[in-house]
Amino acid sequence: MVPLSYYLVLSGFLFACGVAGFLIKRNIITIFMSIELMLNGVNLSFVAFAAHWHVLAGQVFVFFVMVVAAAEAAVGLAIIISVYRTRETLNVDRVNLLKL
Amino acid sequence: MSVHLILFLAFGAVCVAGAVNLLAQRHPINGALSLIAVMAALAGEYLLLGAEFVAAVQVIVYAGAIMVLFVFTIMLLNAGVEERTKDSRVAILLGVPGVLLGGVLVGWVVLRHSGTEAVPAGALPGDPATIGQLLFHEFLLPFEITSVLILIAIMGAVVLAGKPATSPAGKVEE
Repeated sequence: MVPLSYYLVLSGFLFACGVAGFLIKRNIITIFMSIELMLNGVNLSFVAFAAHWHVLAGQVFVFFVMVVAAAEAAVGLAIIISVYRTRETLNVDRVNLLKL
Repeated sequence: MSVHLILFLAFGAVCVAGAVNLLAQRHPINGALSLIAVMAALAGEYLLLGAEFVAAVQVIVYAGAIMVLFVFTIMLLNAGVEERTKDSRVAILLGVPGVLLGGVLVGWVVLRHSGTEAVPAGALPGDPATIGQLLFHEFLLPFEITSVLILIAIMGAVVLAGKPATSPAGKVEE
């Protein structure tokens, strides 16, 4: 038996790690992975609340989050490839021009 | 200490270690591998909560498909070790105490005010049949909308990552 609050603390920690990675990382791919970590943290709290309140809709929502994450990963990585082609860098500090 | 709690703590420790490792590593491929560890451990947590189908999909879609996409991109772009840039002193002075304060506050509020009622293992039927019933009846419209979203995402990815478009005159656009 694990209290709901333990799951929420773990979920919050994962989300906080994602936010921290998003802010301190300089590699655009790592920033993207931090976003995935945030989404995973949210998914954990969805499933924990679904089990806590006996509402299965929480688990269905996890699927929608996964679908959006998959779409986001596909488009985002395509954008990263496109940025790398024109700028030849993955450092976000060097991607500072709106137009080349 | 029940088996359930021990398993929760074991998977949670892997999650925390992976998330911290993602922050600590400077090479993207190491970050990707630690993120895969986090996702696999999260699948274990979902199993503890009785969400069998979500756990399976977590491994197949997240740890499998999405992370393979990341690893492919890292290898394709030959991403090297992250460059170190000058840290902002104001950000460190304000950020570190702010994060600690916020973390302690959130942890305290959650531990204090959310019920201590335990979540029993497998209390909720999260098997594929039940999820499928719900997904194709109650959530049919959102499900169809996500299929449109996926289609648009596929087309966007092809357009963005495909070869540089050729203009009607036959010249390669830059």
